Amino acid sequence: MEPRIIGTSVPRKEGRDKVTGAARYIDDISFPEMIYGLTVRSPAARGRIVNIHFEPTIPWNEFTIVTAKDIPGKNCIMLLIDDEPALADGFVNHPEEPILLLAHADKYLLEEARRAVHVEIDSAPAVFTLADSLTCKEVIWGRDNIFKSFHVEKGDIDSAWSSAAFIVEGEYETGAQEQLYIEPQGVIAKASPGEGVTVWGSLQCPHYVHKALLALFGLPKDRIRVVQTETGGGFGGKEEYPSMIAAHSALLAWKSGKPVKMIYDRAEDMLATTKRHPSRTIHRTGVTRDGKLVAMQIDFTIDGGAYQTLSPVVLSRGTIHAAGPYECANVRINSRAVATNTPPHGAFRGFGAPQSVFALERHLDRVAQVVGLAPEELRRRNFIQPGQTLAVHQVVRENVDMAGLMDRAFQLCDYHAKRKRFQQENRHNVIKKGIGFASFLHGAGFTGSGEEYLASEAALEVSGEGRVRIFAGSTEMGQGTNTVFTQIAAEALGIDCDQIEIVQPDTAQVPNSGPTVASRTTMIVGKLVETSARTVQKCLFDSGLLNRNYSAAEFKSACAAYIEKHGPLQSLTKYQYPHDLHWDDERYQGDAYGAYAWAVYVAEVSVDTRTAEVRVEDFVAVQEVGKVINPVLAAGQIEGGVAQGMGFALYENCVWQQGRMINGQMTNYIIPTSMDVPPIRVFFEEIPYERGPAGAKGIGELHLDGTAPAIANAIAHATGAEITRIPITAEVLLNILESVHV
Amino acid sequence: MSESAHKISVHCTVNGRALSIETYPMAPLLDVLREQAHLTGTKEGCGEGECGACAIEIDGLLVNSCLVPALQAEGAKIRTIEGVATENQLDAVQQAFLTHGGAQCGICTPGMILAAVNLLQRNAHPSDLEIREGLAGNLCRCTGYTKIFASIVEACRNMQQPTEPRT
Repeated sequence: MEPRIIGTSVPRKEGRDKVTGAARYIDDISFPEMIYGLTVRSPAARGRIVNIHFEPTIPWNEFTIVTAKDIPGKNCIMLLIDDEPALADGFVNHPEEPILLLAHADKYLLEEARRAVHVEIDSAPAVFTLADSLTCKEVIWGRDNIFKSFHVEKGDIDSAWSSAAFIVEGEYETGAQEQLYIEPQGVIAKASPGEGVTVWGSLQCPHYVHKALLALFGLPKDRIRVVQTETGGGFGGKEEYPSMIAAHSALLAWKSGKPVKMIYDRAEDMLATTKRHPSRTIHRTGVTRDGKLVAMQIDFTIDGGAYQTLSPVVLSRGTIHAAGPYECANVRINSRAVATNTPPHGAFRGFGAPQSVFALERHLDRVAQVVGLAPEELRRRNFIQPGQTLAVHQVVRENVDMAGLMDRAFQLCDYHAKRKRFQQENRHNVIKKGIGFASFLHGAGFTGSGEEYLASEAALEVSGEGRVRIFAGSTEMGQGTNTVFTQIAAEALGIDCDQIEIVQPDTAQVPNSGPTVASRTTMIVGKLVETSARTVQKCLFDSGLLNRNYSAAEFKSACAAYIEKHGPLQSLTKYQYPHDLHWDDERYQGDAYGAYAWAVYVAEVSVDTRTAEVRVEDFVAVQEVGKVINPVLAAGQIEGGVAQGMGFALYENCVWQQGRMINGQMTNYIIPTSMDVPPIRVFFEEIPYERGPAGAKGIGELHLDGTAPAIANAIAHATGAEITRIPITAEVLLNILESVHV
Repeated sequence: MSESAHKISVHCTVNGRALSIETYPMAPLLDVLREQAHLTGTKEGCGEGECGACAIEIDGLLVNSCLVPALQAEGAKIRTIEGVATENQLDAVQQAFLTHGGAQCGICTPGMILAAVNLLQRNAHPSDLEIREGLAGNLCRCTGYTKIFASIVEACRNMQQPTEPRT
């Protein structure tokens, strides 16, 4: 049967509130008696807290002041482990580390008070670079500064080098990137020993915050409640950090007895919260005379900052994606996340993959050059085919056709003709043009056994009026969860979208659907919603109250009759890990992901060789993502991701000084504006994935993987410059161009 | 705000309604609108005039309200996002943002819509470049702007259709 609703561009569920200004974000919400909270932070990168001095000019008796001593439970932000304190207790490990909390009803006076607290630190030696951390110049975490390491081995690489006609080496780096959601982080908390703790906030993962508050307060589960409010962008930046702000506002509320609002201003948000992990990748690649990859040795390192947070998981995804959508018999990947004395780096859309994919896709262009092949020809000879195995020994069961995607992308942008023409014309022009591409995959859902461990749940309930409520912990942050879940349920139940309501994510009301991350919401949780809907429908069929091919009115009366006779009509579905997927955590081998998105992105650039200014002139993004549920929302995901990837490639430069970001303002941390973005042309191939809802896979992140290397390859094509690190700001490019005399 | 500063009275019109408030003269107009007039549709993204999430119209001019001191609102006619739709009907720009995916997370949307409405008042037939320039003061991190451009083009088209009068 043809779908009625899946595949159509149903308008965004909460869209009307957003376009009228009626949507209520955390800073739009107030409670009676509410006061404001603020964080006093470390001025130094590492050292012992010697003294905290309060200037007498402030009426301190009017303030609520919280230190580590006021924490009722364990002083940690519980995530994978408990190494990060909620408030530094005697020692700091990074600049801007929270030390002390203040609250007051007058937020202007509060700001003055912040400036009147002076923290004296007896500085200890600190580590600020990957290299210094790796050599243990100073041991700042554990025994060796290593948060986590992985080893992936396929074939016999040591014997393979001899069969290579060429061995190509290269080293690549990517910088930190700020998520720069336009709504800064914020939380409101109410807390008392009698009533427990409730927080409302701009956040991606209510159950992460719940887990962190549980440890911090040592309360029973049902005395902690976390509610997500309308969230103005996340991109990973609101995955783990909201637990910190929730902890702080809840501690202030606990002590003051009043609701406490904490909203970061932009500078605090940029200086103190997580960013994309900086990375370094070293490639050594063996290739035959006719361009077949025979050995890929990859060494991948990411900078995790001062505490572990999510670094092991980011590293995992980066590692698994490091060898790309290529068949190579012999692969060795060694990777590690290391500690430095900067604020912890964390989740950002793509989650490790954009770093390792940048390195690989730049490197393969250079391999092609050495072999004497066009970059597309080298890829074509190595693209993974159905039935072949990826680096982690995963047999590709999907009907993947990378060459087909590439051909389509090239046709859409006239790649071959342009590649030739630009090369000829560039000789005579100061503004040089280039065209380049990247081919890549991106796994949807948690890695390996992650989804089995999460065991997510989602539920659905139907009222006597035939109205449906969806209960899921998955959050809407602009990417379209509300609309997509609505479409999935409406399609499955054969009713209209306006009969569906999404229950606000609230840990007291919704089941744990796992975090809203990892391109998993549509594919994994959407499937749970679909299954719940089908279960309810089957219930109505089986009870004899509803016949197939029913009308809306019949559905409604069947629901009413069912409820009258049997009680509530609801269904909760728990994720079942498919029995034919296998993952070996010890050897890091197996089915890393249930499904992948496959893509080829092409960028066309012009480079003004006098100013080193790069303009992206055209961008074509072709991807196979399973069934597209809502074409407008799906294209919007890709377009936004391409713009972020363009920032990652060209503009977004975190400047560090002694572990502190010194350009923490929108004035000097530059993201793409309406004047910078090219036409972003998005095309989907849709091969339904049997385990996704209506055949859908994940589309939340892949665009961050392929955009930067496509642009970098285009710049290399235009100028002949050896691009090995991003961002390629004009300053960076100018230096490279001067060295190659373009 | 230092305690020595004295509050002043400011009288202005916001979305067609008279507003009188007591505020510090240098308080950002954004704070006054959000906290005293309870018009929370206008957003703060950066507090330094870079992102445009706080864009409003003052006497027909598009401004970043985080940079406007409250005293400058004296006697002014102000329009915020709450004043763009009529009671029952969205503005053509708002409607187009809905159907063409111009809003994702929605936090830049109020400022973006005011910038677009302001542009179309000045120029009913903007070129692609003029649309880009008209939005150059408004940052969006979700959309890559593509669907916002499409929304504005669509709004222009709809506004020129006599059968669908703009309210």
